[in-house]
Amino acid sequence: MRALIARDLALAVRAGGGFGLGLAFFLIVVTLIPFGVGPETTLLTEIAPGILWIGALLACLLSLDRVFALDWEDGSLDLLATAPLPMEGIVTIKALAHWLTTGLPLVLAAPALGLLLSLPAPGYLWLFLSLLIGTPALSVIGTFGAALTVGLKRGGLLLSLLVLPLYVPTLIFGAEVARRGADGLAVETPLLMLAGLSFGTLALLPFASAAVLRVNLR
Amino acid sequence: MPDLGKYADAVLSAYAVSLVLIVALVAFSVMRARKVRRELSDVEGRRG
Amino acid sequence: MSLWEYANPVKFIRTTDRVLPWLAWLSAVCLAVGLIWGFFFTPDDFRQGSTVKIIYLHVPSALMAINGWLMMLVASLIWIVRRHHVSALAARAAAPVGATMTVIALATGAIWGQPMWGTYWAWDPRLTSFLILFLFYLGYMALWAAIENDDTAADLTSILCLVGSVFALLSRYAVNFWNQGLHQGASLSLDKEKNVADVFYFPLLVSIAGFVLLFIALVFLRTQTEIRARRMRALLARERMA
Repeated sequence: MRALIARDLALAVRAGGGFGLGLAFFLIVVTLIPFGVGPETTLLTEIAPGILWIGALLACLLSLDRVFALDWEDGSLDLLATAPLPMEGIVTIKALAHWLTTGLPLVLAAPALGLLLSLPAPGYLWLFLSLLIGTPALSVIGTFGAALTVGLKRGGLLLSLLVLPLYVPTLIFGAEVARRGADGLAVETPLLMLAGLSFGTLALLPFASAAVLRVNLR
Repeated sequence: MPDLGKYADAVLSAYAVSLVLIVALVAFSVMRARKVRRELSDVEGRRG
Repeated sequence: MSLWEYANPVKFIRTTDRVLPWLAWLSAVCLAVGLIWGFFFTPDDFRQGSTVKIIYLHVPSALMAINGWLMMLVASLIWIVRRHHVSALAARAAAPVGATMTVIALATGAIWGQPMWGTYWAWDPRLTSFLILFLFYLGYMALWAAIENDDTAADLTSILCLVGSVFALLSRYAVNFWNQGLHQGASLSLDKEKNVADVFYFPLLVSIAGFVLLFIALVFLRTQTEIRARRMRALLARERMA
């Protein structure tokens, strides 16, 4: 298992692995927003938590088709399937690797980008926390979508169509935590819901992803 | 025709949109059913 | 004689062929009676004016949009557990019907909302969850269309339907939490006090019956089509092999 994580991380960091792409995409989205809505600080302050969440979500989505695609193409996915590791374990590790290479950098970068959108001071902690708790759910859900579309030649667009509706609850609770945090309101309820959602998907969805992957490898 | 008052546009357009959608759905389903049925009997006829 | 006999495609086609004309006529009659009754012979509401007549389209289509997804969920479960092909194809056949019902519900709701709430669209929980439901329908149909192998497609879409149901439910509650709504409570409930008045109630019931029958008739017809299309693909494949 550890070997698989190390391998996935090494592949991602090496050239062409797309390690920095998600981050760069996140930066570009955040840069473009003020061009779209105007540079007024009050407006930006108001929408900053939501923009940062949506930016992170899209950046996450962008890198999903890489989760299984490369392994599918060179056949190593078939080898993994015959390995003693259960399929659920493989799927979970793939999600973990995706989170480590995409989700975690986004979480770390978000407060810095918050500066650009003049996020109010109390918001940074909650933005950081909500992303930290929420992005694993995004990775796990995204891995399910990637497993669904792994065999398809042009699965990218379909992947977004399948995954985005599944992202709705996570986005609602995550952005709610960040928004309430920025406004200095109580955040316990959405934070607990977000955490529940993350742990729930983390516990259950790998079974669905593994079942889907088994069907696709048949 | 009943007197719909000032909301006539809303009511009529709601009915128009819904009926068009329903009719389109039914027509599409029936047409595809006919087409597939015909094609299948062609293919089966070819097998003898 | 058990329900599972209809899992045999031939038997399914033979039976539905016999039932379909009846269903089609019955649903046409119910729809005609319900809608004409509702449109021509019901009074205006004292607050909503004549826009209350939209209820005869809005409520039944919304009902069928949700029940359509439920039917797909049950059919997907049957496919996963018992692997009856008719079941998987019925789920596939129901999706476009359910999606159309969702569009009707959204469109009639928007048209009603403009004069009543002063806006076509509000990010109200019910409206938003219907929009999300529509997205789920779209994704489900797109996945069916994208995969060539029939069995793989059936497996993947049924799992998507299960997972999607859970997330649709989650979204429903998340959206509730996210914004308080404009939408009124249920129009129909067992609690008589909350119900709409009888003059609106009976034509509404007839109209709902019409939509339910229409849904069943369309799903039967489309399932037949899917069965035939699938048999044709199999035959053509065999021809190519020979």
